[in-house]
Amino acid sequence: MNGRASEIAALTLEHLQLVALSVAIAAAIALPAAVLLSRRAAWRPWVVGFANLAQTIPSLALFGFLLPIPLIGGIGKRTAVVALALYALLPILRNTLVGILGVDPTVRELAVAMGMTGRQILWQVELPLAAPSILAGLRIATVATIGGATIAAAIGGGGLGVFIFRGIAMLDTSTVLAGAVPAALMALAADEGLEWMERRFSPR
Amino acid sequence: MSTVLEIRGLSCSLGGRPVLRSVSLSVAEGETVVLLGRSGSGKTTLLKAVLGLAPASGGEMLFQSRPASEWRPIELRRRMGYVVQDSGLFPHWTVERNIALPALLAGREPAAIAQRVRELLEAVSLEPDEFRGRYPRHLSGGQKQRVAIARALAADPPLLLLDEPFAALDPITRYDLQRQFLDLRRRLGKAALFVTHDVREALMMGTRIALLAGGVLDVLAAPAEFLEARTPEARAFLASLEETWRTDERPRL
Repeated sequence: MNGRASEIAALTLEHLQLVALSVAIAAAIALPAAVLLSRRAAWRPWVVGFANLAQTIPSLALFGFLLPIPLIGGIGKRTAVVALALYALLPILRNTLVGILGVDPTVRELAVAMGMTGRQILWQVELPLAAPSILAGLRIATVATIGGATIAAAIGGGGLGVFIFRGIAMLDTSTVLAGAVPAALMALAADEGLEWMERRFSPR
Repeated sequence: MSTVLEIRGLSCSLGGRPVLRSVSLSVAEGETVVLLGRSGSGKTTLLKAVLGLAPASGGEMLFQSRPASEWRPIELRRRMGYVVQDSGLFPHWTVERNIALPALLAGREPAAIAQRVRELLEAVSLEPDEFRGRYPRHLSGGQKQRVAIARALAADPPLLLLDEPFAALDPITRYDLQRQFLDLRRRLGKAALFVTHDVREALMMGTRIALLAGGVLDVLAAPAEFLEARTPEARAFLASLEETWRTDERPRL
């Protein structure tokens, strides 16, 4: 039993790393992309369309598609992270874009009229006002990635999915639950924690 | 008194439609020029053109005797205090942070800014300790406009631009703010361009009234002369005023 407990702890940690890395990469791409798109209306349908497309591919199939691709493909964590990051892209991109575009035009114009620079307007006005929406995007992406990451075990990505696939193969419900329950708790905790942050950043 | 702003033959088009046609006027220190006109007469566009937010298609503008084209737009805007109808306060900042912004942009010292915010809140009749930590959503319409005026004054700009600043207020609050603004003008001696569609307000606030009709400067006169103006547009505005008076004089039953 002790061996099971330490394995759960190890795989939970691995799962957490998988999720954190994927969401971080997705955010590092989606946040600047959304800022750029907020200034370039013509690019929006293309980029949002691509992110939409990535979202519609079933996750297991996406892992399969990536496997043969050189550099990013292959069996292991790297492929898993790439696929999960692709998934997390859309909610972060879309929510950030919606948040920035939702800033009251009067407020934006006032910021320009008062002599703020473009950079000052972005960091001091647009991003803070878009923060609740951006955080909501991060929350959706994180919760979805925690679930999606369980499938990563299918291509050797590790994480709590290892228990689930093992349990299915062994027809052993308790092993399935050893993976599913921590993953569900993790998703709930992420949801609650990020929602609390959203509330904190909402206008008072 | 030195001229702060001089506009010569300014024309402006929005979406191919001419909005302003060869408008010339100047604003001197201590003077409030009221831009009066109907909706769509071009008065707000004129303010925006001064701020460089609406591109001019002709004419020129001098600010503090220097052509506007020689100013960096950001430097020019930081020398103008701007107030709009619905305050435009930043909703995520406290009253203090809102008022401090122009002073911060002008590079003032933090200690001096805190002192300045305090003075400005007092100047617009808001108790500093009660109001500086509040967020805009916890202010009434009149309080928001007071904060917006304090903010416009924060960097001590030579020119104020006010776009119907009191139009959304109830008549009693409006009158109170109008009187306070006149008092502030007397004390601070700022030049101001004040947009309104209310001829009463124009007569009360203006040292001169510039009547715009269809993007053309129709009348430019001091209030006493404006009452004698004979152009159809001026007559139309003045008729609305006389009509109000007549109604007021009607005996109550």
